[in-house]
Amino acid sequence: MVLMSMHEQTRPDQRETYKIPGLSEYSFTSDVDRRREIYRSKRDRFGSTQMAARKLLLLSRYSSAHLRSIGSVSLLLNLSFFHLSFAFAKSLSKMATEAHHQCRSCGWARGFGSYSSSSGVDEPIIPSVKITDTQLLIDGKFVDAASGKTFPTLDPRTGDVITHVAEGDAEDVDRAVAAARKAFDEGPWPRMTAYERSRILLRFADLLEKHNDDLAAIETWDNGKPYKQAAEDEIPSIVRLMRYYAGWVDKIHGLTVPADGQYHAQTLHEPIGVVGQIVPWNFPLLMFAWKIGPALACGNTVVLKTAELTPLSALYAARLLHEAGLPPGVLNIISGFGSTAGSALSSHMDVNKLAFTGSTETGRTVLDLAAKSNLKPVTLELGGKSPFIVCKDADIDQAVELAHIALFYNQGQCCAAGSRTFVHESVYDEFVEKARARATKRVVGDPFKPEVEQGPQIDNGQFEKIRTYIKSGIESGATLECGGERYGSKGYFIQPTVFSNVQDDMLIAEDEIFGPVQTVSKFKDLDEVIRRANNSRYGLAAGVFTQNIDTANTLARALKVGTVWINCYHIIHAALPFGGYKMSGFGREKGEYSLRNYLQVKAVVIPLKNPAWL
Amino acid sequence: MAENQGNANGSQKIYDEHVPEIKFTKLFINGEFVDSIKGRTFETIDPRNGRVSARVAEGDKEDVDLAVQAARQAFDHGPWPRMPGYQRARIMSKFADLIEENIDELAALDTIDAGKLFGMGKTMDIPHAATCLRFYAGAADKIHGEVLKMSRELHGYTLMEPIGVVGHIIPWNFPTSMFFMKVAPAMAAGCTMIVKPAEQTPLSALFYADLAKKAGVPDGVINVVTGFGSTAGAAITNHMDIDMVSFTGSTEVGRIVMQAAATSNLKQVSLELGGKSPLMIFDDADLDTATDLALIGILYNKGEICVAGSRVYVQEGIYEEFKKKLVAKAKAWPVGDPFDPKVQQGPQVDKQQFEKILSYIEHGKREGGTLLTGGERLGTEGYYIQPTIFTNVKEDNVIVKDEIFGPVMSLMKFKTVEEAIKRANDTRYGLAAGIVTKNIDVANTVSRSIRAGIIWINCYFAFDNDCPYGGYKMSGFGRDLGLDALHKYLHVKSVVTPLYNSPWL
Repeated sequence: MVLMSMHEQTRPDQRETYKIPGLSEYSFTSDVDRRREIYRSKRDRFGSTQMAARKLLLLSRYSSAHLRSIGSVSLLLNLSFFHLSFAFAKSLSKMATEAHHQCRSCGWARGFGSYSSSSGVDEPIIPSVKITDTQLLIDGKFVDAASGKTFPTLDPRTGDVITHVAEGDAEDVDRAVAAARKAFDEGPWPRMTAYERSRILLRFADLLEKHNDDLAAIETWDNGKPYKQAAEDEIPSIVRLMRYYAGWVDKIHGLTVPADGQYHAQTLHEPIGVVGQIVPWNFPLLMFAWKIGPALACGNTVVLKTAELTPLSALYAARLLHEAGLPPGVLNIISGFGSTAGSALSSHMDVNKLAFTGSTETGRTVLDLAAKSNLKPVTLELGGKSPFIVCKDADIDQAVELAHIALFYNQGQCCAAGSRTFVHESVYDEFVEKARARATKRVVGDPFKPEVEQGPQIDNGQFEKIRTYIKSGIESGATLECGGERYGSKGYFIQPTVFSNVQDDMLIAEDEIFGPVQTVSKFKDLDEVIRRANNSRYGLAAGVFTQNIDTANTLARALKVGTVWINCYHIIHAALPFGGYKMSGFGREKGEYSLRNYLQVKAVVIPLKNPAWL
Repeated sequence: MAENQGNANGSQKIYDEHVPEIKFTKLFINGEFVDSIKGRTFETIDPRNGRVSARVAEGDKEDVDLAVQAARQAFDHGPWPRMPGYQRARIMSKFADLIEENIDELAALDTIDAGKLFGMGKTMDIPHAATCLRFYAGAADKIHGEVLKMSRELHGYTLMEPIGVVGHIIPWNFPTSMFFMKVAPAMAAGCTMIVKPAEQTPLSALFYADLAKKAGVPDGVINVVTGFGSTAGAAITNHMDIDMVSFTGSTEVGRIVMQAAATSNLKQVSLELGGKSPLMIFDDADLDTATDLALIGILYNKGEICVAGSRVYVQEGIYEEFKKKLVAKAKAWPVGDPFDPKVQQGPQVDKQQFEKILSYIEHGKREGGTLLTGGERLGTEGYYIQPTIFTNVKEDNVIVKDEIFGPVMSLMKFKTVEEAIKRANDTRYGLAAGIVTKNIDVANTVSRSIRAGIIWINCYFAFDNDCPYGGYKMSGFGRDLGLDALHKYLHVKSVVTPLYNSPWL
């Protein structure tokens, strides 16, 4: 229904395009317009920069023979590594942004194809959904922040403000934790029967299903992801996940345990208590569901901090969860920034468990705060640089399509993105040609349009960071097959970008770019590709493309990653555990494994008199 | 006699407004209600008055053959085992919702068919059918095999596959609960099935078949063949194309079922059979709790329950006082029309059971047991029997050895924990046991010592969807409820392939 009304609002493409020989079909407005847009579209808040904070991108003069500058000045960013405080990161990002704007954008060419475009976003489709919930959710009530402060949440298609949201800080976190503590220590939630908890989650799933289109619209508006993806994949998968966890609630089993003598021993699987959860902006509601699903199924109470870039959908969903019968205080939601609210939650002395999804750098901070406070156990789902390995016997067309989806899905803003594509030398040339053709066909535009495959990046910080990486790729000698520029003149759209001839020591091969940048490299044999695939500080996922069962089995065991997809990718089902090796984090989400994060195991032992057996 | 009088006589006039129109009386095969091939029908009787409620299609071998063909087709080629567990779960959840929309009518069907308390049906049996479906719906997407630790360069894993076409033969004492105890886990597993309800209680099963279809269960997945054990039941147990038979009923018939499986295709068998379950009450027990548990243990569902606490052992220190309280409570136990909300005990299911129970009571008297209360029919119409308690009986008396399946308790005295254990285990059955004590050592020792499938400490009939139960010894094998029941309907298939250059084993 929502989709229909949006179609009606769609206007014909009125954008002017300038065709530049040898370049893809870029659209530019005048420089003046461009500047105006630049000044309007600042959005350098903490969250947007937490990615940028991992590495400082320093500007340096750039010149390279195989690039052609369009602007008057060509600058590219060199990269160097710094660990930054959040505040520092913020200013750096601003600096990078401004510097970039000053030098204007450059374009470069190497036989670009013509990008499939939907329409620009000069006339963004405004969804019909009403944003009703913008306050903090504490103890079952929507309330203002103690400070009374708010912050804007922006539409990444335009940089315009959607609405203002209450900005939670340490004091609000304290209130939320107190509510969650009371709900856990005295409230009905852990005390009701598992079946009753299960019914509440099932009713929640039904309500989510009923509000599917509104939730999807909020998600697209706040995040920029294709509406079709949100409405047809993400929200239904959240509904499905809630039903999955509802099914676990009444099947959480302890064990009776064999003792070495005359003892009766058993384990009780108890809820751990008040759980702090911090979720990222790339899949705001899906990550919300991954977090609260197992925590609530196990009988815990929760304080969840949403990403400051995408605070809206969780509040809407939380209202539905209360409609479904969740007692007050069981789920509390704090909108706010990492350096304030996130930090308060991570270091809180009365939070019994912390779960974080986000960047590896922030994960390190979270872990550090847990260590310095009350040693709360932590699960971390962090960054990735996941290999996608195309063997010589693979069906190339399928492999190209999957590798494309593996990387470009959700604007490349997936922790499990298949961002290192390794292709066997015998099929490499064909693969690269087809991968470029596929990327060139990718439809970029207003994510509310059903034909659009790729919307804008989340914010200016990400946008600039990705462009910086693209420049670094070119500078380091990788071949830019297509893309490389911003798309359109407004918002944070980036052209689907493919690099070939990527070497493992290039930054674009080492770092998580978190954008629509595919990097393709060549390999000769299995041992080599195993070694290279594992040569990463990350270990989240891998894709393997082969028809050979032995190759598949060997790679499945050899890759140091939490998920191996064989002849498929991004299969994220409720029962499948997901999580990282190495610096991609620890702990697993979804599946039975996720319950372990939210249960205390208590062994109970008692002597046995005259037992009939042991 | 006066103490137990409810309104066993003439009550049908008062409560007839509860009696529903009987909508379904035909066999349910491949998604359709059909007459039996021979066109025969049989009567189902209202045990409140012995009158005919309806005539129901009488399925026989040919009908079972058709049902098996439908189930086989649905299993081999249909969508049911091929859809994701989550999708099966959605259909099962819908099925549960439909049951909740029809609680009154379903409860009334079980009342006029089995004489069960209408109030109990509305608050327990029928709602629990929905929770049972939801429990297994929640399990349908959690059926995990394992990846194995092979001892050399091999990759091995197990697949948990649905076992195939299942025959369920269920008894008349809990027509609804038994139906779902069998059907729900088999559905979750992805099996297709033929259900034969007891000939005494065919009505609710046919109603459930209709609801299943409305919920979207594909044709052929659930088939219901009403009929008799010697014909339809035998056709199921002897069938060469049924992969498993799951039976709940008497130990005698269970033996026949197993023999039929052995002489036909060696189909897998699970049996929930009779019981003679001991309830052991120790000196430290709270007397009110203990007498309540003892009474409900034998009188719940008129004693027509396989886990009835039909042997009550009371430690000598509290025996006399216990006896006095128990008898007083038994005499005040309201027996009468099961539609009457004040009544706790309705009629026995049919004339045959009624007469069997009365003959056991006579046997008890002849063997020298002391009748503390009851011992007679109640009223002149229908199959009502007084709550009956014998004492001065021993383990070799027939009424202590046999499952009477009626409101007849054998009350016995014991001295020590060891004696209680020994005598409680002195039975061919091993279904359940109750322990009443606050002493943790006694509770734990007795729990491990009793050879029975479920032990209730300071409670009784504490059934739960997540809690498996089933028999030791001649009470059968296999478990109903819990995830154990789900696994009963799954085959384990191991898959092994060589592994090359694995970095770990």
